[in-house]
Amino acid sequence: MTGHPLLRVRDLTVGFTTAAGHTDVVKHLAFDLPRGGALGIVGESGSGKSMTSIAIMGLLPKGAKRTGSIELDGRELTTLREREMQAIRGDRIAMVFQDPLSSLNPYYTVGTQIAEAYRSHRTGVTRREARNVAIEAMERVHIRDAARRVDHYPHQFSGGMRQRVMIAMTLSMEPDLIIADEPTTALDVTVQAQILDLLAEIRRDTGAGLILITHDLAVVSEVADQIVVMREGDLVEQGTAERVFCDPQADYTRMLLDAVPRIDDEIGLLRTTSEEDR
Amino acid sequence: MIRFLANRLLGMAVVLFLVCLFTYVIFFVLSPDPAVQICGKNCTPEAIDQIRANLGLDQPFWQQFWTFLSGLFVGRTYGTGANAVECVAPCLGYSFQSSQPVTGMILQRLPVSATVAIGAAVLWLLAGVSAGLVSAVREGKFTDRFITGLTLTGMSVPNYVLALSLQFLLVVTLGWLPFPQAVPFSEDPLQWFMNFLMPWIVLSIGAAAVYTRLTRANVIETLQENYVRTARAKGLSPGLVWRRHALRPALTPIVTIFGMDFAGLLGGALITETVFGLNGVGKLAADSITKNDQPVIMGVTLLAAFLVVVGNMVVDLLYTAIDPRVRVGSAA
Repeated sequence: MTGHPLLRVRDLTVGFTTAAGHTDVVKHLAFDLPRGGALGIVGESGSGKSMTSIAIMGLLPKGAKRTGSIELDGRELTTLREREMQAIRGDRIAMVFQDPLSSLNPYYTVGTQIAEAYRSHRTGVTRREARNVAIEAMERVHIRDAARRVDHYPHQFSGGMRQRVMIAMTLSMEPDLIIADEPTTALDVTVQAQILDLLAEIRRDTGAGLILITHDLAVVSEVADQIVVMREGDLVEQGTAERVFCDPQADYTRMLLDAVPRIDDEIGLLRTTSEEDR
Repeated sequence: MIRFLANRLLGMAVVLFLVCLFTYVIFFVLSPDPAVQICGKNCTPEAIDQIRANLGLDQPFWQQFWTFLSGLFVGRTYGTGANAVECVAPCLGYSFQSSQPVTGMILQRLPVSATVAIGAAVLWLLAGVSAGLVSAVREGKFTDRFITGLTLTGMSVPNYVLALSLQFLLVVTLGWLPFPQAVPFSEDPLQWFMNFLMPWIVLSIGAAAVYTRLTRANVIETLQENYVRTARAKGLSPGLVWRRHALRPALTPIVTIFGMDFAGLLGGALITETVFGLNGVGKLAADSITKNDQPVIMGVTLLAAFLVVVGNMVVDLLYTAIDPRVRVGSAA
């Protein structure tokens, strides 16, 4: 254990320069994630929450400019060369994406894709070892009959199972940090709960830190202990989950919370975050 | 898998039957009476009737079509008695002008067409796919624009213009290539190669241009795919991301059109073969059209249709090997 938080983000700004001019989609973002902590980043579409995760991974598209500091375990990531960053991706920081079907390559078996990270980060791994790692990872995400299903292709899995495969993919390397970008958005409500339970379970078992990015406050409330609220690239509010939910400081957070229908509410129009949207 | 294969074969048979039917109808309606051609100058109506009866031309359409169809499988005999001509299966018809079975005429010229097609295919695949890859990697840069400009030119220049200008430039003006002469490979491989070089280039340029664009578009599109992002997020090296996650999905559609294009070309390159005086199936078709030798035109048409249908089938089978999503018989 070191004195550093697992992830320390300071003054993170991501901008694009196009023919139309320069726009910052993430502005001076700062937060800490303690070892084993779970942080929820909440915001509407366009709030810059996904860009934040991609910026941490160092996977920003061409033309994007990233400034500020991102420290993983005290090690500055923004100054690393691409090759050094590759060693961190998948190994120390792993990512789960929104749409599990399009995020899996249709041409390879799930086993191949789960084991791929393991094989590229560890040297001298035999095919059999990698396969066993894949089966083990699939068992950990509760995919039944993993020894057989490891040779199946993504299209042979249901949506929820595919997302389990995506999560299994992150597990093979035992990362310190898992970033889940809208991991439940593309799934049925019943399946969403299962995936969230799974993420919580993995966090408990492996002690990995978790960043959960979502527009869904219900999702965040279940998993995160720290919350960052973002709007149009700005950090609006941050604090413990309890504090943000029970005693929101920013008007915007309050509006977000009010926009969620509650079972004990009077029947009426749902509130939106901006009046013009009506 | 066997059911899939059986289904495909059945479909293929239906398509080929329909092609035969349509082709036969067209030529049955359009064809000048072969009996008149055979009868020659000193002809009487009685003699013509006699010939028609001999050849079965007096029979109803369906009867004749049936004879033609069965000839494809078991062969048939034209005429009776001492003048009878045997046409062995697969009998595509009989050319009364050259007094030869059509099948033999085509088979004799098929090797030349195959040589032209194979060489051109290799050339356009290599050139098209590699130029497309370079273009995709350098997207938006000068190299990309340059290649895109070239493909536009390549696609818009007609074959015959290209063939004639190339011949004029390389043979007449610069003298880099010898004047084409038909030489068998075993006799003088170099001359043989030089002989085919120009047809190969001419035939491949248009296709190479199309393949360049297709490859470029496919690769650029695939690189945007979410699974490519996943691969990068796993920490794979850029080379591995490219080879494994971008190239395979991007090049799969190329297999489809390649199968079709190649099969179509095997059936003869009419213009190119004619311009370069290559004695292939395309030249045979061109000559037959000039001479109005209907059975030969029909035979070449059927061959081309057959090749395209078979090519399509081969592509479908290849696809089951390449793309797991169309693989059949694997339970979910």
